[in-house]
Amino acid sequence: MASNEEILAGLAEIVNEETGLAPESVEMDKSFTDDLDIDSISMMTIVVNAEEKFGVRIPDEEVKNLKTVGDAVNFISGAQA
Amino acid sequence: MARKVVITGLGATTPIGGDVPTMWKNALKGVSGARTIEADWVQEYELPVTFAAQVTTPASEVLSRVEAKRMDPSTQFAVIAAREAWRDSGLEEIDHDRFAVAFATGIGGVWTLLDAWDTLRAKGPRRVLPMTVPMLMPNGPAAAVSLDLGARAGAHTPVSACASGTEALHQGLELIRSGKADVVMCGGAEAAIHPMPIAAFASMQALSRRNDDPQHASRPYDTGRDGFVMGEGAGALLIEAEEHALARGARIYGELAGTSVTADAYHITAPDPGGLGATRALKAAMFDARVQPSDISHVNAHATSTPVGDKPEYVALKTALGSHIDNVAVSATKSQTGHLLGASGAVEAVMTVLAVYDRKMPVTINLEKQDPDIPLDIVTTERTLPAGDLVALSNSFGFGGHNAVIVVRSV
Repeated sequence: MASNEEILAGLAEIVNEETGLAPESVEMDKSFTDDLDIDSISMMTIVVNAEEKFGVRIPDEEVKNLKTVGDAVNFISGAQA
Repeated sequence: MARKVVITGLGATTPIGGDVPTMWKNALKGVSGARTIEADWVQEYELPVTFAAQVTTPASEVLSRVEAKRMDPSTQFAVIAAREAWRDSGLEEIDHDRFAVAFATGIGGVWTLLDAWDTLRAKGPRRVLPMTVPMLMPNGPAAAVSLDLGARAGAHTPVSACASGTEALHQGLELIRSGKADVVMCGGAEAAIHPMPIAAFASMQALSRRNDDPQHASRPYDTGRDGFVMGEGAGALLIEAEEHALARGARIYGELAGTSVTADAYHITAPDPGGLGATRALKAAMFDARVQPSDISHVNAHATSTPVGDKPEYVALKTALGSHIDNVAVSATKSQTGHLLGASGAVEAVMTVLAVYDRKMPVTINLEKQDPDIPLDIVTTERTLPAGDLVALSNSFGFGGHNAVIVVRSV
């Protein structure tokens, strides 16, 4: 079980790998689309990589609800519980 | 009177140099780009051919990690070559609605396609990445170049196997002549040094088996030739309407004076033994350029180094050029670069343009005992071309019976 800090750090690594954004710019309150400029294809790549990294399943219909980095961290944390 | 079209920018990433200046220096000297492939899959699949001509500069050294992640290797090569041609042209201000792309590939995103298939089988559909389709599509290189340079007058992808790169220039010329564009980024890209295409080409007995001596494997016109050597990379040529180039004071390498494309309608892979389709292509290209056989001084031949392919091209040249063939100096640069498939025509076009511009011809290596049935004047050591008007040809032929020829004239 990863803590929220560990999930955030892991997610930041995935976002950096996909987009080149600095890991420290990936903060809980940032919007994937408005703040980080991540398009839908990159978002799906991040989701699939996050599923693999954290051993969770993020259903396609859930992805549209993950508006901020915090939404994703909380979802992953809940799915691991 | 058709609009005149000139070449003002050149780019390349190849097995004998990662940019045009390096490639050209090597091409004049004569080097081999073929090496044993350093990859585990060669032994893993016990491939019958263990060498190829890989690019000297990996795309990862030129593109950022994030850029490269979203592109198939074929598209990476295309973008690298097109950026060099764009910089080389000196173009800055441009009407992007009058700027088109004609960027070819023979095979397309084969690495992406097969990696995704491996992923699907090993990990299931969820792990197949969402960028898979735009990365594997054969129009990927043209689309990426259009996106990168802001070319909005259409992005075209001629696909005619190993004639594709030359056909891209044909298409580019037509776009400018017909008034649909003023500037076109033409080229070809290929990245198929993957175990499956190697197995497939080997299976049809097309590849050289000289595994113990890769550097001497590509030997067009030599009696010891036993097949082609797989190459990879891209070539790019920025062409523009002459008036457009003159208005901006551009450096002009030469005129793309004419092109042609024909089909053999003879056999899906074997060349017409009488070279009829190739002959028609040569004649049509010279007619299109309004030149006579006696105007031609240099040919960059298709010459892949296969036992069956090199001779029909000679027959076609002899038929189309008549007795003047004895006065024509022929370079077979696949001896150095290997066969870049859908990129080969574009890379060879770059060399043909430079031959006319620099008045120096690239050399043919590995010609130790010339096939007596192919009595061409082959350039084997650096040789110059005379002063005055020069006209050169470059031929490409592809599986499917495709024949494509370009005519380049000095300015």
